[in-house]
Amino acid sequence: MSASLDTTLKPVVPPPDWLPLALAPVLALAALPLVGSPATWATLTLAGLAMGMMIFIMASGLTLIFGLMDVLNFAHAAFITLGAYSATLLLGPRSDWLGADSLVLNAGALLVMVALASAVAAAAGFAFERVIVRPVYGRHLHQILVTVGGLIVAQQLITAAWGPVQVALPLPASFRGIVLVGEVAVERYRLVAVAIGLVVFAAMLLVLNRTRIGLLIRAGVENPEMVEALGYRIRRLFVGVFVAGSALAGLGGVMWGFYREALTPGMGLELTVLVFIVVIIGGLGSVGGCFVGALLVALTANYAGFLAPKLALGSNIVLMVAILLWRSRGLYPVAKR
Amino acid sequence: MRFLRALLSDDLPRSRALSAILVAIFLGLLFAPFLFSGSQALNAAAKILYFVVLAASYDLLLGYTGIVSFAHTMFFGIGGYGAGLALYGWGPSWSSVAAGTAIALVLSVALATAIGLFSLRVQRIFFAMITLAVASVFAILASQLGWLTGGEDGRTYQVPPLLRPGFRLFEGEIGGVAINGRIVAYYLLLVTALVLFLAMLRVVNSPFGRVLQAIRENDFRAEAIGYRTVLYRSVANCVSAAVATVAGVMCAVWLRYTGPATTLSFDIMLDILLMVVIGGMGTLYGAVIGATLFLLAETYLQTLMGAISRATEGIPLLPALFHPDRWLLWLGILFIGSVYFFPAGIVGRLGRDR
Repeated sequence: MSASLDTTLKPVVPPPDWLPLALAPVLALAALPLVGSPATWATLTLAGLAMGMMIFIMASGLTLIFGLMDVLNFAHAAFITLGAYSATLLLGPRSDWLGADSLVLNAGALLVMVALASAVAAAAGFAFERVIVRPVYGRHLHQILVTVGGLIVAQQLITAAWGPVQVALPLPASFRGIVLVGEVAVERYRLVAVAIGLVVFAAMLLVLNRTRIGLLIRAGVENPEMVEALGYRIRRLFVGVFVAGSALAGLGGVMWGFYREALTPGMGLELTVLVFIVVIIGGLGSVGGCFVGALLVALTANYAGFLAPKLALGSNIVLMVAILLWRSRGLYPVAKR
Repeated sequence: MRFLRALLSDDLPRSRALSAILVAIFLGLLFAPFLFSGSQALNAAAKILYFVVLAASYDLLLGYTGIVSFAHTMFFGIGGYGAGLALYGWGPSWSSVAAGTAIALVLSVALATAIGLFSLRVQRIFFAMITLAVASVFAILASQLGWLTGGEDGRTYQVPPLLRPGFRLFEGEIGGVAINGRIVAYYLLLVTALVLFLAMLRVVNSPFGRVLQAIRENDFRAEAIGYRTVLYRSVANCVSAAVATVAGVMCAVWLRYTGPATTLSFDIMLDILLMVVIGGMGTLYGAVIGATLFLLAETYLQTLMGAISRATEGIPLLPALFHPDRWLLWLGILFIGSVYFFPAGIVGRLGRDR
């Protein structure tokens, strides 16, 4: 009797959904025979991974902000651009570190620039939340309009400050060039990008799953009213997430800037298209889905760019449509939506 | 008066100030070739014409149905490229214009339906994101397929002989102005714009339009009353796309050039958004005022800002902020302000005295 009662009262835990995780490896393996040469395939895959990590860093902030507070920030693009541009502030004073023939100094310069980019984007995010977003919580139409307005203004301000022309952002000397592993040419910076991306992803998972703040954020995504009723200030939590998300955008922006070694005022907007596709594929509000989505999008872009350069741009739309046909709310839909 | 009422689908501008401004704009556009000299002014007036149509068709989505699309320039571009490439490839005849327009309309409506099927079921936000992605990919695709579209340079072509500058409708002049092909083209645009605008006014004041507004106010309730909101939204999306396509044809015929910068760029999308919101969402008259004001600001605000920029030369930062190229910065601030403080835009500000 009691035994049967026990079984009936057990909470029903849905089995973890591993299927989407297999997509990226399957895609990579499927591309192998198409590409032909394993060395080229390895280079493309690594390039895809590096690009995926950078896009993941940018997209994760957006998806968190949306998941927690139902705000879709079209001005995310501006934080990406701002982060990348603010790194150039250090080009003058720290150019001796950048050019130095020492790995420690180079890495130091990179770290300082990355930190500055995140900090500037975070500060801008704080101000943006207060001035632009706060008055329109809960009204989607107004949110979209106001954040697009913020994007216009921010883009114009960035252009006013740094000029409309392309700005160079040279990589530190030690991270340039390639290393040969067997026949595979590996760009050093791509390894760095993958490493930073994995660290960010791990840190994010740790914070979200193993800390009290993370618990509150996850609870807020599920049911904000309940969290508020339990006495937590969800607004304050949200400001924190907004600032963190903006910092991530800045971080992703500066990493992308180093990847391309050049910055334009429109770079954030160009990336936002990819970021949006990633967020849609992953399921609005899901960090795990965002990670898988970013890898899928970047790998597809790289393979398609090699196999059929003209179709490369359409490939991501095809990918998005395919995923949405399979799961109409993205890979990992967030429960309440 | 009764005739006018019927023409405007009984949706009169209900304020004296608004009516006065609208009449002034209408008369200005009607007599533009005679009032203002030079091709510069005529170009500006023609641009206002096709942007009024474009902004009004966008308002059908944004203001009346309450959905945000970023693919409106895509449909505008399809129209532009449809007519432009037909004129380029099949020679400057009316049948090319007609065939190009027909192909463009079919393509636009098909694309609008496909996008709608995918994203209108879910959420506003989803639709906004997907249209942004699709439109940007389309824009890049158009500049990549150089053999067809001419790439970044676009295509320059001839229009039917009736619309060429060398053509004379008759000997002699009216009010000191020779009636050449450009003026014929201008009036062709004017008539098209007027017909489309009145048709849209008809649509938004029909029972169909009322349902759209109900969906905007509360889609859940509209669904509960028994309207299939997805269907209504999709049809609104298709109508809006079709009108935008015709606006693209107007642009292509007037400019005798089609390229990414004049039709597909995201900047134009932002311009349309600014026009509709500043003019006033949810009223087609807002689109008229918004488009006119915006295009006038594009020319005259820059001159003003140039003057301010020179006057503040010694002060740091200010000259950069008032540089003529930064005019969009100030319109962006105006845009945010108008979303906050007067969401009904200029038309709402002018009030409705009865």
